[in-house]
Amino acid sequence: MRGYSFPALVRHALTGHRRWPPAWRSPEPKKSYDVVIVGAGGHGLATAYYLARNHGVTDVAVLDKGWLGGGNSGRNTQVTRSNYFWPQSAAFYDRSLKLYERLGQELNFNVMLSQRGILTLAHSRHELEGLRRWTNAILINGIDSELLTPDEIKREVPLINLDARFPIVGGFIQRRGGLSRHDAVVWGYARAASALGVDIVQRCEVTGFDIEDGRVRGVQTRRGAIAAGRVCLAVAGHTSVLAARAGFRVPITSMALQAMVTEPLEPCLGTVVLSPVIHSYVAQSDRGELVFGGGADVYTSYAQRGALPVLEDNVAALLELFPAFSRLKLMRQWAGIVDITPDTTPIMGRTPVKGLYLNGGWGTGGYKAIPAGGETMAHTIVNDQAHPLIADFSLERFARGALIDEGAAAGVAH
Amino acid sequence: MLRIPCPWCGVRDEVEYRFGGESHLERPAPDAADAHWADYLFNRDNPSGVHHERWCHSYGCGQWFNLARDTVTHQIIAVYRMGEPKPAAGEDG
Repeated sequence: MRGYSFPALVRHALTGHRRWPPAWRSPEPKKSYDVVIVGAGGHGLATAYYLARNHGVTDVAVLDKGWLGGGNSGRNTQVTRSNYFWPQSAAFYDRSLKLYERLGQELNFNVMLSQRGILTLAHSRHELEGLRRWTNAILINGIDSELLTPDEIKREVPLINLDARFPIVGGFIQRRGGLSRHDAVVWGYARAASALGVDIVQRCEVTGFDIEDGRVRGVQTRRGAIAAGRVCLAVAGHTSVLAARAGFRVPITSMALQAMVTEPLEPCLGTVVLSPVIHSYVAQSDRGELVFGGGADVYTSYAQRGALPVLEDNVAALLELFPAFSRLKLMRQWAGIVDITPDTTPIMGRTPVKGLYLNGGWGTGGYKAIPAGGETMAHTIVNDQAHPLIADFSLERFARGALIDEGAAAGVAH
Repeated sequence: MLRIPCPWCGVRDEVEYRFGGESHLERPAPDAADAHWADYLFNRDNPSGVHHERWCHSYGCGQWFNLARDTVTHQIIAVYRMGEPKPAAGEDG
């Protein structure tokens, strides 16, 4: 792989940027691989990259029914943070944030990480008590977090309306949180994995699994059978569908999560602002667009579109927080299918089928987890044993009652 | 926007309703194995296709009922009352 660099940019400028080589190979699938990963989104590609880089496993294929990064990896709102309540989540997501902090260097691909902070608002005295507890838990977990008074919030975010219908009485900020560029993360991992020998095969849907004596032997695809020593599912909203094809059940409900952007405008919002109570969050992208959203459309759906009532709720909540945004035009609105678990903690690790591993259940917050998700899944696949950071995220936790209830502890997850 | 036909009130917009998840779940016996209980409490079919699900007309008559709905197209295939069996495929509500 030829690295991207300033001299390379100058060299290619001389030929009008017409001779850049493709960033990754697009080979025909082989008949057999050591590891097949289903789903070429962030998690699948990161898993492939860390298999090759950390464990020397390069006979790997990443299969996708559509195109690379065309699912939730390209539909999320790019928030990276680690302000979680429970110690297991905090350790995992902070590992992910630390990997993000040096990901651009590592992949030689600018992921445009911008640690502009993420501000969580409280609208009542009781909610503020909850945020205090949450902030303390984050600090005890060794992660930065800072309570802010309404005056301090106004200094951080001058356009905010403190006297909203539900007045803002305080909040907390994780200054290491922020945004990065989701396509760059996917493309960066794809390019780096491809350079290490991983085959990325797009438009190759997995339609079934070859399972003998409870062990996976390969996958059936639209382009024929592919034998595999081990298989990893990283298919987000379609986890239940693939799990059913492999013969086991998962505690997941798939729903549509919407997001939308306004027309671009001058810099006016310096942090990510999130309100768990009114289900709203907003950030300004590097292009100047306001990217915002809220809760999911609360019924089972595999249609990648959201309904109008939730869109209206999102807009109403945003405008109550920021009346100055009321004259902006919406440019785009879309939805991704998110795989929501009962405790909003992911499901990672082994499955009832030997040699078949699951990386799913990310619900509304999988983007921030991509680097650590890939790193720990690669370790789990190679060792046939969960990486210590994800040991508590196993599918068996439900039967044991060992849930990690971030939904209750930390409210809306994005 | 879903337009859902309540068996008592007729067709209304989705904002009047509350989704109640998968229908036809059967509570295990008190002495059932942990795995059986976990399956009942947590695991869901979550199909890409026809889903049999409960809805409540919370801002209308307040009654619960069942829908057979396609989760990809959102087409409502059948409406039937609580306690009734799943309609056979292709049957109209």
